[in-house]
Amino acid sequence: MTSASTTAVKKTAKKSRRLDAQMIPTIAAVVIFILMLVMGQALFGTYTRLGFFSSLFIDHAYLIILAVAMTLPVLTGGINLSVGAIVAITAVVGVKMTMAGIPAPIAMIVMILIGMAFGLLAGVLIEEFNMQPFIATLATMFLARGIASIISTDSLVLPEDNNFDWVSAEIKIIDNPKISNDLSFNMGVVIAVLVVIFGYILLHKTRTGRTIYAIGGSRSSAELMGLPVKRTQYLIYFISTTLAAVASIVYTANIGSAKNTVGTGWELDAVAAVVIGGTIVTGGFGYVLGSVVGALVRSIIDPLTSDFGVPAEWTTIVVGLMILVFVVLQRVVSAVGKKE
Amino acid sequence: MAGHNTKKDAGNPILKRLLSSNLTWSVVALIVLIVICTIFDHGFLSLSWNENTGGLAGPLITMLQESARYLMIATGMTLVISTSGIDLSVGSVMAVAGAAAMQFLVSGLNVWLAILLSLLVGLVLGCINGALVSMLGLQPFITTLIMMLAGRGLAKVITAGQNTDAGSVAGSEPLRWMANGFILGIPANFVIAIIIVCLVGLLCRKTAMGMMIESVGINQEASRMTGIKPKKILFLVYAVSGLLAAIAGLFATASVMRVDVVKTGQDLEMYAILAVVIGGTSLLGGKFSLSGSAIGAVLIAMIRKTIITLGIDSAATPAFFAVVVIVICVMQAPKIHSLSAEIKRKRALKSEAKAVTA
Repeated sequence: MTSASTTAVKKTAKKSRRLDAQMIPTIAAVVIFILMLVMGQALFGTYTRLGFFSSLFIDHAYLIILAVAMTLPVLTGGINLSVGAIVAITAVVGVKMTMAGIPAPIAMIVMILIGMAFGLLAGVLIEEFNMQPFIATLATMFLARGIASIISTDSLVLPEDNNFDWVSAEIKIIDNPKISNDLSFNMGVVIAVLVVIFGYILLHKTRTGRTIYAIGGSRSSAELMGLPVKRTQYLIYFISTTLAAVASIVYTANIGSAKNTVGTGWELDAVAAVVIGGTIVTGGFGYVLGSVVGALVRSIIDPLTSDFGVPAEWTTIVVGLMILVFVVLQRVVSAVGKKE
Repeated sequence: MAGHNTKKDAGNPILKRLLSSNLTWSVVALIVLIVICTIFDHGFLSLSWNENTGGLAGPLITMLQESARYLMIATGMTLVISTSGIDLSVGSVMAVAGAAAMQFLVSGLNVWLAILLSLLVGLVLGCINGALVSMLGLQPFITTLIMMLAGRGLAKVITAGQNTDAGSVAGSEPLRWMANGFILGIPANFVIAIIIVCLVGLLCRKTAMGMMIESVGINQEASRMTGIKPKKILFLVYAVSGLLAAIAGLFATASVMRVDVVKTGQDLEMYAILAVVIGGTSLLGGKFSLSGSAIGAVLIAMIRKTIITLGIDSAATPAFFAVVVIVICVMQAPKIHSLSAEIKRKRALKSEAKAVTA
């Protein structure tokens, strides 16, 4: 009896430690984010200002949404390469419609619908025609980017008094007399937070979320357990691509213009955020909240590199090396976990 | 009746083999595109002898010239994909090698040394990929994604963000010849590319190399058990891919003697993957066809040429490619195969029923 209870205790202790070990990359991401903040503050003195945080969130709300969008497919061992191109096509269509005098709410709905259509297309290609997610979303990426370029290659500017304003209008919580020290946010940030909450609930509180993790662990096992793998796969790419359209609304409203080249390379930024946040690229393990931290780490690199006077051409090398460090860290952690 | 049947059966195998081969469909697609181009531009097939360059000239020749770089990266990509990996960094490695070559030339280095060093740079980048994948066991997708990001940055660092132009550098003729010259009237870069593809093909198919690569792609652990060293093979394929990408980078930059650090090799990893998929190499690894990828690479160049000939806005190129990929992948899908098999079976049943009633 006693021996049984001790083994049980041992088991739970081991389990919790194992979980901790797998959380190391996420914890590392948090630590690195804080270290970067401290370093920035020590060297430049602007990194703890409320204004800095406000602009960090306002400027990168889209990236947080994209990170959530990318987390879903990566958790199943797939990927959605089309997110950047979806941002481009929806932004171009949305702005073009607003320029033609169509009210913003309708334009936004159309943008979301386009995202949904591409998500559905990706799902059909992956599930019905056995295409790998990589190739299927590569195809939809080319398609979306190409259609965006056919529609317009000019820089389109949102007309004045457009109804996109409500997304980007800044709301001040603390109005500081000092310059650039206001704590403010806008609806874009609110949307991003809502998306994160949605992602968290979907992944951790619903059956669909559990199925997503199961597919990531082993698709065939999930199928044998009778889980609705096919439906879930459809749902993953549908939600992921639709969220990219949401990110497009936030971003377009924020900068007030659109171009067919917008969002080039964002799929890589999103993958970077997901990986830095501790999601394992082979699937089956990761958190939405980790991806949010990853997105913040990715975001803070921009002000840091510009403050350090790092030439722009070095930025991609820094981002690349950071992903490398995190992936190696994951590898080491999982190797250590296996040995135990 | 019986005689009729046997005759049909005897005629079928060759036709069947032809129809089931991916190669055939690629060649058919190539011919269709050439026909379309000829209809739109009657001079498309015309060849003329250019006295100045000492080679043939014509739309088809420029297409072959462009296809050389796709041939190189598609060959490397084929080997990598058959180990169930992927090399997303080929485009960036092209840019790095091209940037290095141009920068070396501008700084007054001997042209042969510049070529050699830039190839070495590509090889080193490939080796880094290989080391990360084989020794650290990182995911090929992520590893080469990092190299894709970092390589693009590296190209910019090499040229300090400039688009280095070595057009006015004297003594760079060998490099120019590599991209624009002719051997017996055929574009030199195409000839070089074909020779390299053949060499790789011989190495893979006349030795056990190809089989080893495929076995690693099917099951790394099992291949290790049978005495193959998967780590060495993995390292090798990424190194080769890097080297071939560097050659492609030289082709791409030497034709204008100028590197564009943003545009050189941009999206080319996608074209390479596309060429490999068209060629019938499974993305899951374990099976590859170099000749298929080679035709795929030429087909890619032809698609681009078609877009230009038809006067389609270059902005629409990605959409055009997307449609091609989707159509090809859907055609290759097991569902379509089983569907066509089903139709055939039903037809056979019907004819049988007819025969019975008759």
